[in-house]
Amino acid sequence: MPALIQHPGFSELELRCVEEKLVCRESQVSMLLSIFGEPQQYSYPSVFIYGHAATGKSFVTQTLLREHQLPHALLNCVECSTSRLLFEHILNQLCAHSPSPDNEFSSHTRCDSFNDFIRLYRQLADLQQQKSTTYIVLDRAEALRDMDANLLSGFLRLQELVGGNVTVIFLSEIVWDKFRLNTGCFEPLIICFPDYSKAELQQILSLDHHPDYSADLYASYINILLGVFYSVCRDLKELRHLAALNFTKFCEPLVKGEAKESDTHRLWRNIEPHLKKAMQTVYLREISRSQWEEMQRKEGELHLKGLSAHAHVELPYYSKFLLIAAYLASFNPARADKRFFLKHHGKIKKTNFLKKHEKTSNHLLGPKPFPLDRLLAIFYSIVDSRVAPTANIFSQISSLVVLQLLALVGHDDQLNSPKYKCAVSFDFIRAIAR
Amino acid sequence: MSKRKSKETCLTHGECISQTQTMLRERFCHQKIPGKPFGVESQHKHLLELLKRTAVHGESNSVLIVGPRGAGKTMLLNCVLNELLEVKHVQENVLQVQLNGLLQTDDRIALKEITRQLHLENVVGDKVFGSFAENLAFLLEALKKGDRSSSRPVLFILDEFDLFAHHKNQTLLYNLFDVSQSAQTPVAVIGLTCRLDVLELLEKRVKSRFSHRQIHLLSSFRFKQYLEIFKMQLSLPEDFTDRRFAEEWNQNIKSLCEDRSVEDVLQKHFCSSKDFRSLHMLLMLALSRVTVSHPAIKPTDLLEASRLCTMDSKANILHGLSVLELCLIIAMKHLNDIYDGEPFNFQMVYNEFQKFIQRKSHSVHNFEKPVVIKAFEHLHQLELIKPMEGPSVRTQKEYQLVKLLLDNSQIMDALQKYPQCPTDVKQWAASAFG
Repeated sequence: MPALIQHPGFSELELRCVEEKLVCRESQVSMLLSIFGEPQQYSYPSVFIYGHAATGKSFVTQTLLREHQLPHALLNCVECSTSRLLFEHILNQLCAHSPSPDNEFSSHTRCDSFNDFIRLYRQLADLQQQKSTTYIVLDRAEALRDMDANLLSGFLRLQELVGGNVTVIFLSEIVWDKFRLNTGCFEPLIICFPDYSKAELQQILSLDHHPDYSADLYASYINILLGVFYSVCRDLKELRHLAALNFTKFCEPLVKGEAKESDTHRLWRNIEPHLKKAMQTVYLREISRSQWEEMQRKEGELHLKGLSAHAHVELPYYSKFLLIAAYLASFNPARADKRFFLKHHGKIKKTNFLKKHEKTSNHLLGPKPFPLDRLLAIFYSIVDSRVAPTANIFSQISSLVVLQLLALVGHDDQLNSPKYKCAVSFDFIRAIAR
Repeated sequence: MSKRKSKETCLTHGECISQTQTMLRERFCHQKIPGKPFGVESQHKHLLELLKRTAVHGESNSVLIVGPRGAGKTMLLNCVLNELLEVKHVQENVLQVQLNGLLQTDDRIALKEITRQLHLENVVGDKVFGSFAENLAFLLEALKKGDRSSSRPVLFILDEFDLFAHHKNQTLLYNLFDVSQSAQTPVAVIGLTCRLDVLELLEKRVKSRFSHRQIHLLSSFRFKQYLEIFKMQLSLPEDFTDRRFAEEWNQNIKSLCEDRSVEDVLQKHFCSSKDFRSLHMLLMLALSRVTVSHPAIKPTDLLEASRLCTMDSKANILHGLSVLELCLIIAMKHLNDIYDGEPFNFQMVYNEFQKFIQRKSHSVHNFEKPVVIKAFEHLHQLELIKPMEGPSVRTQKEYQLVKLLLDNSQIMDALQKYPQCPTDVKQWAASAFG
């Protein structure tokens, strides 16, 4: 491969090493290196890198700074949620102090405010006599917007405040337009890390192929995987997870001896329904990785229940009817009740209601609140047998509220006529109604 | 890699480039401008006059330097201070206290900082003062020279002046202006702020003690002068080590200014923002492309730098979305068109999407509802849609109202650039009614 990255400040060996690790990111790396310049030169005070998740922002920055041995501090703003944590982490990393049992897990110095931070930083810089640029990397920078107001503005102009050679790099998924402050701030250099194209994703995913099998086989597997998942998700992390989970199933025919490596059609037929199932379960994190692997090991179709599966909830007989009545009350307008419930006694065909629901826009706007009396009226009309209004029924209503299948609308102390709202969807009701 | 130059200079080509980079980077990133900033001669004279009166003649003064972000306020002040400190008498006598609204977020911290910068920590020791005024008076008293007749003049420089006005009771400002009005010590209070309405923020008692002297920096130069500034910023000074290289470089810059495309680029930048800082960002990007193999700035470099500065970030984010997420955005666009921008919920978007799948789509697969919800939540995470109210337990996730934060034109532009966009999706987007 021809040498794509050239830079005067760093050795050839380091550059090649970096190039090997950072696949498909050559132009971004060369741009970053050209902005950094030689280690002792000044660099732009703040740089803002944005891009989708798993486009390599943190990885590229980290690798660059580590391989070229530039003094740096890496932070995650979600982890360091207060200013004190932020400052102390930076100072710890810059003077290579790590909390350990020896120093009782304490930081290098206590630092509460931005003022102290600047003062301590200056002292540290004087002590270390650092000639090259120091880099402070703030990952998940969107969390800074919710912290103290002076943090974001201060970090953007840290070079000016400290008076030394320091550059702050912000990494985020959110675009810079959403970070701007009302009275303005120092505008950073904005760099975009574009998403990977399908070919690049194929290239990167093929890098972690299993040593037992050939690279071509893995490449065809990745091709099939991308064919199923590419239009839904382009996140590299998710795709790698799915690839790792399903590879054993893919290789099953090979292991059993039913097909050869070149028998792509056979392999595809084997794996495709499996991947479709994965989209509904593992992709949505409905079941865990270990559950999925167990399911794969056992032969035959095992219907594993996801987290939000409806059969998890076991309701008593009358509660089911109460819930169905609540759904009908929420989604039907009150004036239609008479039409539905007086003509048809007892046996109500649920299919009629299906058709009527489709037309009303109530279905789109969400459930409407209804008073308790209406709920009971509908309930009595749909239950086959005669039911006495005992306290049993009312307590079932309260337990439905506790299970969050019904929602209480209005004040808690409205004991006269409490209003409720149905909090479950149509699919749930249909599952219960069986 | 490096060419040997003639015998008189001992610098190689590579070293020349390196030195140029160092010098120009200091100029653009660290604001070390040689000589006076352009176009602010009258303001320079005014400020110098004022500060001379304090430093040399012992007269107390207060002034506010007001100008939008990047107009050159700090540059102007530094320039004036450098000129002032050339006078020997001033250099020995005058003390400077630099305060910043971002760092000193509290009056207490500000007072400690003043004590520290005046090197009076030992004098103050452990004394406890009744009020802020007492403390400040003590500090200024301690500055009196040995013979107790005259006191050393102090220059208080308050950066981000408007942030000091948000402190409780504005004690620091009140006391500083009070001292500047009474005849105790010669004090000059210089405030720098970007808010034109800064006087409205001051309390009545503080405003009355302020001298109402304001220096405005409103970047009121024309395009011709902008070109001059551009040339000056990029030129190497006379005392550069390699005279021949410097002359070649300056010649190249001159020819750049006469180039038509460069003038267009600068005109575009001038029309959007005239300030120095955005010019520096542009020049920094162009400078970063200068290497040994590319030893002079070409018009293409400036064009590329301009393109990077004016890139639409949201379009880049839209480029990286999956097909499913893009379909959801188009569904939201249709909803916006039909309902004139009223907020909608997930159920409505899903409905639109279903209509598209059932009637018009050939290539987009019909995904299950949970998969579509996950795509919707990804859009929420990228802040492309915004909920109308915070997350509440009352309404279900599908029925919470949201708003789309993209414009129709942005969506259509993104569709043009989207890689391998299915044609039926494009046609759906372009059709008038979903």
